[in-house]
Amino acid sequence: MKLHEVSLQEAITLLRSKRASSVELVNVFLERIKKYNPKLHAFITVRDEQEIIAEATKADQERAKGSDRLLLGIPIVLKDNFLTQGLRTTAASKVLDDYIPQYDATAVSRLKNAGAIILGKTNLDAWGHGSSGEHTEYGITRNPYDYERVTGGSSSGSGAAVASDLCIAATGTDTGGSNRQPASYCNLVGLKPTYGRVSRYGIIAMASTTDSIGHLTKRVWDSAAILSVTAGNDPLDATSSTEPVQQYHERLADKGRVKIGIPKEFFEGLETKLVTKVLQALDVLKARGHRLIEISLPNVKYAYAIYCVTVSSEVSSNLARFDGIRYGFPRQRFQDEAKRRIMIGTHSLSAGYADQYYKRAIAGRTLLIREFEEAFQKVDLIAGPVFPFPPFKHGEREKDPLKMYLSDVLTVPANLTGHPAISVPIGFVDNLPNGLQLIAPHFSETRLFRVSLEVEQELRMYERKPRLKQ
Amino acid sequence: MKKDKTYKPTIGIEVHVELKTKSKMFCGCPADHFGASANTNTCPVCLGLPGALPVPNVKAIRWTQLIGLALHCKAERESKFDRKHYFYPDLPKGYQISQYDEPLCTDGYLETTEGKVRITRVHLEEDTGKLLHTTLEGEDVTLVDFNRSGVPLVEIVTESDVKTGTQAKEFCERLQRIVRYLAVSDCDMEKGSMRLEANISLGLDLGYKVEVKNLNSFNFVGRAIDYELQRQEKLLAAGKLPRQETRGWSEKQQKTETQRYKETAADYRYFPEPDIPPMRFTSEELAGRRAELPELPDMLESRFLKDFKVEPKYAQVLVSDSRLAEVAEAVFMEGKKHGFAPNALAIIIVNKKINLKNRTPKSLIEILKKQKSEKVQDKAMLNRWITEAISSLPQAVVDYQKGKTQAIEVLIGKVMQLSSGRADAILLKAILHKRLGGKRA
Repeated sequence: MKLHEVSLQEAITLLRSKRASSVELVNVFLERIKKYNPKLHAFITVRDEQEIIAEATKADQERAKGSDRLLLGIPIVLKDNFLTQGLRTTAASKVLDDYIPQYDATAVSRLKNAGAIILGKTNLDAWGHGSSGEHTEYGITRNPYDYERVTGGSSSGSGAAVASDLCIAATGTDTGGSNRQPASYCNLVGLKPTYGRVSRYGIIAMASTTDSIGHLTKRVWDSAAILSVTAGNDPLDATSSTEPVQQYHERLADKGRVKIGIPKEFFEGLETKLVTKVLQALDVLKARGHRLIEISLPNVKYAYAIYCVTVSSEVSSNLARFDGIRYGFPRQRFQDEAKRRIMIGTHSLSAGYADQYYKRAIAGRTLLIREFEEAFQKVDLIAGPVFPFPPFKHGEREKDPLKMYLSDVLTVPANLTGHPAISVPIGFVDNLPNGLQLIAPHFSETRLFRVSLEVEQELRMYERKPRLKQ
Repeated sequence: MKKDKTYKPTIGIEVHVELKTKSKMFCGCPADHFGASANTNTCPVCLGLPGALPVPNVKAIRWTQLIGLALHCKAERESKFDRKHYFYPDLPKGYQISQYDEPLCTDGYLETTEGKVRITRVHLEEDTGKLLHTTLEGEDVTLVDFNRSGVPLVEIVTESDVKTGTQAKEFCERLQRIVRYLAVSDCDMEKGSMRLEANISLGLDLGYKVEVKNLNSFNFVGRAIDYELQRQEKLLAAGKLPRQETRGWSEKQQKTETQRYKETAADYRYFPEPDIPPMRFTSEELAGRRAELPELPDMLESRFLKDFKVEPKYAQVLVSDSRLAEVAEAVFMEGKKHGFAPNALAIIIVNKKINLKNRTPKSLIEILKKQKSEKVQDKAMLNRWITEAISSLPQAVVDYQKGKTQAIEVLIGKVMQLSSGRADAILLKAILHKRLGGKRA
């Protein structure tokens, strides 16, 4: 195996056994970034090479002295809506084109404390607004498996960077599917933890009640290991949970069979080939002894409408601070998609309309949460596709924003209910990757990882690498 | 409109009080912004930087509940914060974290001599930054200081129960005294830690109200209201409806002036603050809060009058400040053991005859006892008291000179009273005999 192809778990093994150094690792990735990023547009900012190498050298020295922090010397990348002290953070919007943060997000400082080395900041749909990676002002990210197609979004650059082996792992935020979607389209594992599991402090807020801070990795173990680092209560985030954190990556051993609920609503109107792929993956789980149970979540059909109103409302409020007075550029620099969401949100909250929109959406959300809670009385996990269709071509859905929004129908429910969810690779349709989505009860990330690991072990999709172009 | 119609002054008061917590409402920055150099008490949260999140100050929440309870409000079991949106350079997030439909406290009242003023709500919010309009290198500029941004601010809103300027003034004074008693705010009008606004109309049925700001002292409140009531009455008498607007009190011109018109209500697009979970309080917690309430000035004042027989004018001064009242009570209790009348002690405290600083009530009474035991032998002093005693008790002199020698005791008693018992009895008797020209008994 080539060094750049290693998973996090493999990298840690190599470093521990001194078969590779952190300096070697970062050099390999820096070379590849130089080579492939100009076409892929995975990065918005790559850090200074000398600084990175100096950090890697220090990590190697520390390891030589016996330190064994979990991520010591591991090169990772951060979605460019994670604030990084002294390192430009744009949210892929020209409003923040020159913005240098004064502090690190809590998730970033936890990763740094575990020894991770930041290579750079990855592209996204500006402010997290998008499912394709096309709403960026820093070059549209290409899907490494088909450069004509989208990566999924909004964590588009993180998806492309990990899939192209430009780093070991990448962080991402998931407000309506933004980690699971690029994971699905880039043949990766994408995690949306339980709401409140990972601190939102220092993440440029999209929608405060649905923003979940996760990551995209090559393998399930990697995803579990990173969550062990980032999860946990943060006194700087009043919505972060005090639920105890587990060493998720140490609890992946098989612990028996589970009941998996298959909501029929998740399969309505899907492309046949995609449905077949998902059903094949579920059959694999059945063959491993898990029980598949058809369930119904009738309110899921309202999930997108609920999402659109609540999230846009919060977006309109959260983007109000970008007034260009203290930092950044004037609001005129917001592009169409942000403006669209600000307008929808402002309207939804306006006197005379709030009853009809915002308040109704909140009431609907409560019903949806109840419906999921009831379902979890009967089943241990809920499974379904991630995207309703395989990776589409650039520009294909851009003309019709509503059509684009509907990309999110299968991922937004977990954001609205706060449940943890994951996308795990299950195979290619017309040479394009797709994922299986698993949703678990609150704080049951361990269960998500265990079952995902079985899918991974059976299907071994991580072996299928993209052919990159220069 | 009929000219002979009598109008009903309808006045509601809104008071903002800055809490003197150590840290700000939603971050760890110092809340004391007075005199600090611009933008030194700031952090990502109170500057509204990207990614920053508010974490509520528990003490500020408790103090707001205390204020509510002191105003006979109901402290709610459930409450939450909301975002109130508007753009202004001193509001760094584009919204203010405030409370909309579930304030911490509701439905209380405060008594005034002109009647009860009902309190609609007491809620908690964050203060804004401050704008400074100035000239820099020959250019007119506006600077923003965010030191005040995020300081906890309590808003107290009354029903439109106030009828006169004097009642409004009394309401504000009483409110200030209560909040100072709770030791949760300095309520300093000059420093802006207490700010007043009044909504004034001559009847809610008339369909307008005038908001008056810039009320920087209690006297302004009274004057501005009196002025505004007259202005509105004149307009109405002339058949005109006063305009719905915001006016400011101009101290220079002694009148209110238009600041801005409010033709439609501003739409603040309130919605629940998603970064802060809703608050739930158990009945035990709320009972605990109630137990924290100190004795309030009205109760204390009546106890000083009844239990200690302190004259009203002194009692009033003593309860104006909770620390002073506390000291006074301790001194009364200690003094009682040694035969000092509380009112005499009250006079000493109010007139600042003795320095209270760094003295325990016990040491204070010791000093008074010592003073008492030191007999006055100064003849001039004794003569002055005797002159006063003679002039106030001429009958005793007549009796004495008629031969009723016991009458001298009446005069001695008077001198003792005048001297608080400090006159040297033997010397006094000798001088008195001499002055009355009588024989020795």
